[in-house]
Amino acid sequence: MKNSIVCLYLIVVSLNFSCAQDAENQVNVPSEVPFTAELLIDGLEIPWGMAFLPDGSMLVTEKSGELIHFKDGKKTEIGNVPKVYQRGQGGLLDIEPHPSYEDNGWLYITYSSEEGGDKGGNTALIRAKLTNNALTDIELLYKAVPNTTKGQHFGSRIVFDDEGYLYFSVGDRGNRDVNPQDIKRDGGKIYRLKDDGSIPSDNPFVNNSGAKTAVFSYGHRNPQGLVKHPETGQIWDNEHGPKGGDEINMVQKGANYGWPVITYGINYSGTPITDKTEMEGMEQPVHYWVPSIGPSGMAFVSTDNYGSWKGSILVGSLAFQYLERLELNGNKVVNREKLMPDIGRVRDVKQGPDGLIYVSVEGKGIYKLVPKGS
Amino acid sequence: MKTFLFVYLLAITGLALSLFQDNELKESMERGGEIYQDFCITCHLGTGEGVANTFPPLDGSDYLLTYREESIRGIKFGQQGELMVNGVIYNNAMPPMGLEDEEIADVMNFILNSWGNTSDEMVTVKEVESILED
Repeated sequence: MKNSIVCLYLIVVSLNFSCAQDAENQVNVPSEVPFTAELLIDGLEIPWGMAFLPDGSMLVTEKSGELIHFKDGKKTEIGNVPKVYQRGQGGLLDIEPHPSYEDNGWLYITYSSEEGGDKGGNTALIRAKLTNNALTDIELLYKAVPNTTKGQHFGSRIVFDDEGYLYFSVGDRGNRDVNPQDIKRDGGKIYRLKDDGSIPSDNPFVNNSGAKTAVFSYGHRNPQGLVKHPETGQIWDNEHGPKGGDEINMVQKGANYGWPVITYGINYSGTPITDKTEMEGMEQPVHYWVPSIGPSGMAFVSTDNYGSWKGSILVGSLAFQYLERLELNGNKVVNREKLMPDIGRVRDVKQGPDGLIYVSVEGKGIYKLVPKGS
Repeated sequence: MKTFLFVYLLAITGLALSLFQDNELKESMERGGEIYQDFCITCHLGTGEGVANTFPPLDGSDYLLTYREESIRGIKFGQQGELMVNGVIYNNAMPPMGLEDEEIADVMNFILNSWGNTSDEMVTVKEVESILED
C-alpha cells in the first residue's frame, strides 16, 4: 500500500515536471543581452512596416496612412500615397523594395483600400517609384475582394524569394467560416506573384476552375510576419491565432494551414472553435503560442553580430510588449527568450542590409540593436 | 374619477416610455456587441478584462465609467499616451477605428452595460456627434 502511494506520488511529480519544462510555451528572460537598444527614429505613432534603401535611408509606414522617409537623421513625409481605408486594423501596412531596387526603383506596398464599388475595404498591393519625395508610377497589382466593413485581419506582409517571386498575405477579413478554406475567395491566403503582378504559370491553383490563381497557400488566419530563410530560401510566416494558437509556419506551395478547421486556439469568449488540432491534409505549425503573444514582424538573424543568435527567429509581441527570440534546432523551437521587456507594442522587426536588427515599437519609434562591444 | 384617469394615463405613458427606452438600449447593445467582436475584442478580450499593463480593462474600468466623454473621444479619434485605469498607468496607442457615430454609440452602450458594468444614461448618436477632437 505504502509503495503504491509513493509510486503514485512519483508519477504525479514527474508528470508535473515534464509539463512544466515544455520549452514550447515557456519564455525565458536572459540575464544578459548582446545589444544596447538605441532609439534611432522617434516620434512615431504606429510604425507598421519598414524598408531599407541602398543609400542607407529608411522608409517607414504609419498605419494612419503616412509614408515617412528617414534620411541623415531627418524625417520627410512622402506625398501621393494612396488613401487608406481607415477602419479597425486597416491602414498603410507593409513596404518592401524590389530585390533589384537599385536598377528598377520599384517599391511594393500593401494597404487597406476602398477600390471597387462595394462599401468597405480590403487589402491591396501596389508598386510605385519614389521621385522627389512623392510616389509616382503607381500600379495596382492586386486587390482582394469583396470589400467589407469588417475591421479585422487585413494581413499584411510582403517578401521576395530567391527566384524573384513576390509573396504577400491577406488575413481572413473577419469571415473565418467562409474565406480561409475556399481557394475561390480572397482572404486567409498567402499569394505569390511575379514582380509585375502577373501570375506565375506554376502557381498551385492555376488549373483549378474558379480559383484565385494568385493563391500560394491557404487556411491562414492573419499573417503579419513573412520572411525568407537566409540559407534555404524557404518562406516562413507567423500569424495571429484567436485566444491562443498564434503560429509559425513554413509556407509550402498549395498547402492548407487549417484555419479554422484545426487550431490550437479558442474563441475570445472561451468557447471552443473546433476540437481538432490536426487533420490529414492540413499542415502543423513549426511552433504555436498559448497564450497568444500577438506576433507581428519576423526576422532571421543571419550574422554573428549578436553572439550565438545566428539562425534564430525574432518576432514582435503586440500583446506582451517585447521582442521574442526563438532558437531553432533544425526546424524545431528549442528555446524562447524575452528581449526588450515592456518596451511597448512591437510591430515589426527586420535585419537591415548592415546586418543589424531594427525593431519598430508603437508609440515610440524605430530602435536599432547596437551589438555590445562594437 | 378624473384624477384616477390622469394618474392612469401618466403611468401608462411612463411605462411605455421606459419600455421603449429599454428596448432601444437593448437593440443598441446588440449592434454594439457585434462591433465589439469586430474591433475591440482582439485587445480588450472576451469579457473586457484587457491584458495587464498593455490593454486597459473595460470591465470595472474607473476611467470608462467616470470619463464618459473622454472615452467616446478616444474611440472616435484614437488616443495615445499615458492613461490611468484602476490605478495602473497604460502608455500605448489605440488608433481611431474608423467607426461611424452610430456605431460608436452602440459600442459604448455595449461596454457600459456588459459584464459588471452598468450605466443609467444611454449614449446617443447626438452625444457622439457633439464630441470634437481635442
